[in-house]
Amino acid sequence: MPFEYAPAPESRSIVDIRPSYGLFVGGEFVAGAGSFKSVNPATEEVLAEVAEAGPADVDAAVSAARRTFDETWGPMPGRERAKYLYRIARIIQERSRELAVLEFIDNGKPIRESREVDLPLVAAHFFYYAGWADKLAYAGFGEKPHGVAGQVIPWNFPLLMLAWKVAPALACGNTVVLKPAETTPLTALAFAEICQQADLPPGVVNVLTGAGETGRLVVAHPGVDKVAFTGSTEVGRAIARTVAGSRKSVTLELGGKAANIVFDDAPVDQAVEGIVNGIFFNQGHVCCAGSRLLVQESVADVLLDSLKRRMALLRVGDPLDKNTDIGAINSAPQLERIRRLSEIGEEEGAERWSPPCALPDRGYWFAPTLFTGVSQAHRIARDEIFGPVLSVLTFRTPAEAVEKANNTPYGLSAGVWSEKGSRILAIADQLRAGVVWANTFNRFDPASPFGGYKESGYGREGGRHGLEAYLAH
Amino acid sequence: MTAVTPELGEVARSDAALRAFLHGLPGVDQVGAEQRAAMLGTRSIKTIAKAWALELAIRMVDLTTLEGADTPGKVRALCAKARRPDPGDASCPAVAAVCVYPAMVGVAAQHLRGSGVHVASVATAFPSGQAPLAVKLADTEAAVRDGADEIDMVINRGAFLSGRYLAVYDEIVAVRAACGGAHLKVILETGELATYDNVRRASWLAMLAGADFIKTSTGKVQPAATLPVTLVMLEAVRDFRAATGRVIGVKPAGGIRTAKDAIKYLVLVNETAGEDWLHPDRFRFGASTLLNDLLMQRSRMATGRYAGPDYFTLD
Amino acid sequence: MRIEVRKTYKLFVGGAFPRSESGRSYPVRSASGEFLANAALASRKDVRDAVRAARAATGKWAGATAYNRGQILYRIAEMLEGRRSQFVDEVRAAEGGSREAVESTVDTAIDRWVWYAGWSDKLAQVHGSANPVAGPYFNLSTVEPTGVVGIVAPQDSTLLGLVSVVAPAIVTGNAVVVLASEERPLPAVTLTEVLATSDLPGGVVNLLTGRPAETAPWLASHMDVNALDLTGVGDPAFAAELEAAAAENLKRVVRPPAGPVDWTADPGLGRMLAFVETKTVWHPKGV
Repeated sequence: MPFEYAPAPESRSIVDIRPSYGLFVGGEFVAGAGSFKSVNPATEEVLAEVAEAGPADVDAAVSAARRTFDETWGPMPGRERAKYLYRIARIIQERSRELAVLEFIDNGKPIRESREVDLPLVAAHFFYYAGWADKLAYAGFGEKPHGVAGQVIPWNFPLLMLAWKVAPALACGNTVVLKPAETTPLTALAFAEICQQADLPPGVVNVLTGAGETGRLVVAHPGVDKVAFTGSTEVGRAIARTVAGSRKSVTLELGGKAANIVFDDAPVDQAVEGIVNGIFFNQGHVCCAGSRLLVQESVADVLLDSLKRRMALLRVGDPLDKNTDIGAINSAPQLERIRRLSEIGEEEGAERWSPPCALPDRGYWFAPTLFTGVSQAHRIARDEIFGPVLSVLTFRTPAEAVEKANNTPYGLSAGVWSEKGSRILAIADQLRAGVVWANTFNRFDPASPFGGYKESGYGREGGRHGLEAYLAH
Repeated sequence: MTAVTPELGEVARSDAALRAFLHGLPGVDQVGAEQRAAMLGTRSIKTIAKAWALELAIRMVDLTTLEGADTPGKVRALCAKARRPDPGDASCPAVAAVCVYPAMVGVAAQHLRGSGVHVASVATAFPSGQAPLAVKLADTEAAVRDGADEIDMVINRGAFLSGRYLAVYDEIVAVRAACGGAHLKVILETGELATYDNVRRASWLAMLAGADFIKTSTGKVQPAATLPVTLVMLEAVRDFRAATGRVIGVKPAGGIRTAKDAIKYLVLVNETAGEDWLHPDRFRFGASTLLNDLLMQRSRMATGRYAGPDYFTLD
Repeated sequence: MRIEVRKTYKLFVGGAFPRSESGRSYPVRSASGEFLANAALASRKDVRDAVRAARAATGKWAGATAYNRGQILYRIAEMLEGRRSQFVDEVRAAEGGSREAVESTVDTAIDRWVWYAGWSDKLAQVHGSANPVAGPYFNLSTVEPTGVVGIVAPQDSTLLGLVSVVAPAIVTGNAVVVLASEERPLPAVTLTEVLATSDLPGGVVNLLTGRPAETAPWLASHMDVNALDLTGVGDPAFAAELEAAAAENLKRVVRPPAGPVDWTADPGLGRMLAFVETKTVWHPKGV
């Protein structure tokens, strides 16, 4: 007798979305040069009209940030900056439920994820970095902030990416001009309101909504001393070119094509959970997703059977439902990209499988998908798909696993599954990746540095290391 | 990790062979297992699904009394409750079984006759199991003779923890024979086994030796049943079926007090072993206070009001 | 004219406020000599009970995540801030001084709690390390709390000095038994009221008012105490005796300062590091 879970919808009434939003400059909400619409990707419903920042708006924001840096925030002692950040952290905790609901409405991720993963980490990042603001003397990078930081963040973890950027920047004494992603501006705008509630001095945080062009303007602006970007490698490259020859300091957190390596002595059931979490968490919209499964050939069949059985339990559907595991794809263009690359996977000869899955009619949806018989040369093994698509390859020996794992221009993350401690450590040693997860995956903590090797970018966010980017030394 | 072969009979030919097999089973990562169990505990079960789950949970309860102070009067009251849990609502289903000490089996059998509620007896020098084999078998035989149709035995933990797996195996086989037609639940006492790896090994050992059900605990040792331990046992029965075709049941016992907890266990069953185990013949709750909480929740769903303990019997 | 309800000042042990088991008390006077209140006069049995409570609390407190401990310490700062004016009055009564000077002291004490709260999840990053040994080994040094710390609080700095000896000991996961300033114990007792309402598990901080001359030797010789902070011991001969007694189970000892302490200065890491152990683990790396 099947156990059907009845609908368990989260209430949307806790959120109050305004019909339109301005830019947040110098502590106030102001009109922008243009406007655009933000859409709920699960229903295609229009949520709000959001301002688009043009060149004059960027000038104004950078000036406000500069003035506040020179007059207020820069000279402020660390112990006072710390207390502002603690206030912000506390308000985020207090409004956590509301922000989680707002996040999933704008982004499409399941409410359970935004409530249980995103929001606690957001608050924790502000708490963690609040505690550094008055201790920079112990961090090892000097105590001199850059000045004005221009920060451009992506749509996959909107508020969390904001926390990763804003918290350390402010802790070190910089002021910020933040450009949230075009498809997910709403939680950044709620954050602006939180800054007002915390009585943060005007101009310390400025939020400029807009699209790619707004981001380009922020990055290129001569008044910005430090640039921080998370997004695609393609755009990261363009930014690196833009700042070449300038005195701007830059950190980039870009794409990945992580290998999740499963050895014959892996704890099977937990490895399957880790594989599933690695690629289907957040619909695969994760730069560090374990998108390549490298399984030891001797156990590939057994593991794949287990994996398929587990995938059949994934609940795809309304992100509003608290029992949903996989939500909507963030946008129509992203969905198109995932579809196209999956077709290419089939064309190139890999075998495609998805569990039976009823997808809603409206909104942007893609069933969790597995490709077996994949080789390194296939595009689905090389290109970042950024969706719930797992490519499975095999290996015979540890050396071969390492070789294949490292055989990519990317180097953000990797997973290793084995019950043998010395093997885990030896493999972790040889992997060219900034984050290695052993017998786990997609674990984040404000105390733990995150960032990539090679074309996955440079610089680290989180931990004591995360301060380095925001201090001139 | 190995694909389990069909030649499992060979595995128990010696201590060494049994050890090689059990130690060759895939390990369990503690952190990962606990996270998975916790995540399944966040499923939100509401309205129709919740009502269905509550009814099923009631039908899965092995209503238990295992106290030195048990008397025929106490057991008689418990049996009445088992047959008709909700005095105010005849539509409430009966529980699966009443579980008592061997000395009380006769009383239970008499008062449950014709009701469909099973008579379960603990046996084998429950809860410690520290007695000669002959005593443990006599214990079992006495309970069966007096009318028990289910026997809950304890494994020899001392032998298990000192690596004498064949001794544990042989005892289970002997008790199985002593059960005759009664079905056998094997209590692993997971709190004493201490690691999930041991729980997995003990589960397989019990199933290979002929258990019909594997059970977490006696309820006399802390920790008793937990979600992660039950998860590991559900994975074991799932894998055992894949290897042999045989379906073995699971019974968490001890420490499950609220309807909310019980529903979490049902979610665990649903998303681990699968819906085939969502039946009293395949899954039971060893509990006493749980039943009243299930009844109160069921009543709230039916009437819309929060219930109070005065409206349900305390036996 | 309204008569105020005066507070009774008791001990703080295991999260509760008992009187001394000896039933004794002693009068506490203000800086200008007026009677303020009777405080409990702790006995050796109170010391024994406090150490037991501290030991019982260490498992859970040390086992909490650093994030969780930091959150609780920050909450304590919130509660302190809420009682700012009460503390200003009590510290002024105890120590004297202008209202402005005392306000500054109290503010510094609150900010100091905030400072220590933020160290919980960072000390390991500053004081721990991955060590590059010459061989195929993953070698990691981490910090762990030492266990139960006995503290003789400063005699004269009744809030700022007190906070500066208690916070660094507990932020890393230790539980403490504090002997309050003998003549000026009342702000310490009010601090324990703050702790009791801050989600701090009972037993992490235990506070005994009374005569350190009487109670300190019992703390110093107690075999289930791991470390001793003698900051508030003014008499060098007495301090030496206590240190000698502590040697029996090799307690880690912090000696009294050589001269008067400027409690407003940056404390540095010393008071946290004094009460942690460094554990270094080796793991071979090989497939």
